[in-house]
Amino acid sequence: MTESSEYCIETLDLNLWYGSFQALKHINARIRRGRITSLIGPSGCGKTTLLRCFNRVNERYGNVRTTGDVRVLGQNLYDPQVSLVELRKAVGLVFQRPNPLPISIYENVVFGLRIHRDRSELKRARLDQAVEEALRSVDLWDSLKDRLRDRATGLQLEQQQKLCIARLLPLKPEVILMDEPCSALDTDATRGVEELMVSLAGRYALVVVTHNMAQARRVSDECIFMLMGELVEHSRTEDLFVNPKDPRTAEYIEGRYG
Amino acid sequence: MFEITAHVRKKQRVEQGVKFLFLGMTLLMILPLLLIVGHLVYKAWPVLSMDFLLTNPIRGMRAGGIWAPLLGTLYLVIISLAVSAPVGVMAAIYLNEYAQDNGFTRVVNLAVVNLAGVPSIVHALFGLGAFVLFAGMGRSILAAALTLAVMTLPVIIASTKEALSAVPRSFREACWNVGASRWQTIRHIVLPNSISGILTGVILQVSRAAGETAPVMFTGAVFYKAIKEGDLFAYGLMDQCMALSMHLFTIATQVPGVPESLPYATAVVLLGVVLTVNATAIGLRVWLRSRKKW
Ligand SMILES: Nc1ncnc2c1ncn2[C@@H]1O[C@H](COP(=O)(O)OP(=O)(O)OP(=O)(O)O)[C@@H](O)[C@H]1O
Ligand SMILES: [Mg+2]
Repeated sequence: MTESSEYCIETLDLNLWYGSFQALKHINARIRRGRITSLIGPSGCGKTTLLRCFNRVNERYGNVRTTGDVRVLGQNLYDPQVSLVELRKAVGLVFQRPNPLPISIYENVVFGLRIHRDRSELKRARLDQAVEEALRSVDLWDSLKDRLRDRATGLQLEQQQKLCIARLLPLKPEVILMDEPCSALDTDATRGVEELMVSLAGRYALVVVTHNMAQARRVSDECIFMLMGELVEHSRTEDLFVNPKDPRTAEYIEGRYG
Repeated sequence: MFEITAHVRKKQRVEQGVKFLFLGMTLLMILPLLLIVGHLVYKAWPVLSMDFLLTNPIRGMRAGGIWAPLLGTLYLVIISLAVSAPVGVMAAIYLNEYAQDNGFTRVVNLAVVNLAGVPSIVHALFGLGAFVLFAGMGRSILAAALTLAVMTLPVIIASTKEALSAVPRSFREACWNVGASRWQTIRHIVLPNSISGILTGVILQVSRAAGETAPVMFTGAVFYKAIKEGDLFAYGLMDQCMALSMHLFTIATQVPGVPESLPYATAVVLLGVVLTVNATAIGLRVWLRSRKKW
């Protein structure tokens, strides 16, 4: 794999166990650069688990064992020389419930920079610029520019979720992972975040877990359907919804389980 | 529809009754406290003065002030806390943030819980054996302060762990996912959000350290010792000292002919020390909170 490949994430025969329970089975997936890929499937099929493999954050959640490879930008994440810190800069994650840190809006956005850069590199002007850029990218700048010092936990949920996305951007990520980013939001807020996803695609690859078929159809270029820890089908979104290859996919999108 | 039936009325009465019962219990708890404090201050009033604080006891402790025991207690509390607070907080951070859930961690946690329940007289004996005799410190402020530190340590660990685990997991997840190390997560997010809980736990141990008699009696406190009045550095680390708790015990029960107001005044001062430390800690808490980053 070279860096210039059209795929930013590839898994090769990935298996994962929580203790003795196998949550992922022989996953071979390829995520395209700059596209939106949605991960769908019934509850408990392993979507969140797979997503967390992409930045190896699973390991913080207890007794986890994996076999197989996960390659991000051609680099196998399980190589010993891989720095998890650098990896998580390149692959950021957005949660189901917006989780802004209990500090100011401004500090939320520059949090990543503060973590990754020496204090001496963090000139005020540079931070200010990073905040403006990030907030403009998520379309929050105009509404928040006068209250950057307010606590982020006081924002509306939609703004919080967008801020959580903005928080990743100063680190110049390659991939943004989103775990049901809209399920805590109402319809209007959901539309707002979906529009944001579409506008971010291209610059970043997005992998979005969703329970909402309509959302998967609306926003994603490609779709991965999972069932009981297996990857059942991965194709372009239109194909998956119009012409599912696997009968289990067909059953799922017709609403038979899940 | 929806009208008030006899049954509903009965329920309402029970509801009211229960509420007042609980309110009553709360008042019942506050009342003795107020009475005690009021009684103490009333009885102590005749002798309470700056002079009382700043002069040594005289005439076989039947007159004079409490400078020597007051300073002794301050030394003991401050030194013991200077040891137990950092050690305890760091140990708790390790246990809560770093330690894997394995046999070793479980044993340590169990030990902490059990040690927290050990009576102070046992700590006193331990301090006598370990610090005074084995480590060769002799009966000294250092040995007594370390004994108090050992006594307060498990409780500080337990309360700090409690405070740390009250920080929502989602804050930590947010940090991990921008690539923060564990220490960065702790320093930037976990500690600022748990510092009040941690301080509260530590404060409570101040009163314990100041109030316990047995541990210091065995390891470094003496019945009587005159020191230079008004000199904050009148004690050395290896000196023996007087302590308020023990002084109170002595003049209340061991020495005949002590005017009644003296023990009461000593008790008021002991209370004052504890309250002062608490107030300082609360001030610190407010100050830490008002600063966004630290
Ligand atoms: N930390 C863990 N320890 C043990 N088992 C876990 C853990 N996390 C998840 N599992 C199990 O792994 C399986 C996959 O979980 P996962 O959270 O990935 O599913 P999901 O597809 O995201 O589900 P949902 O749609 O409900 O979010 C489930 O059966 C779950 O019970
Ligand atoms: Mg999930």
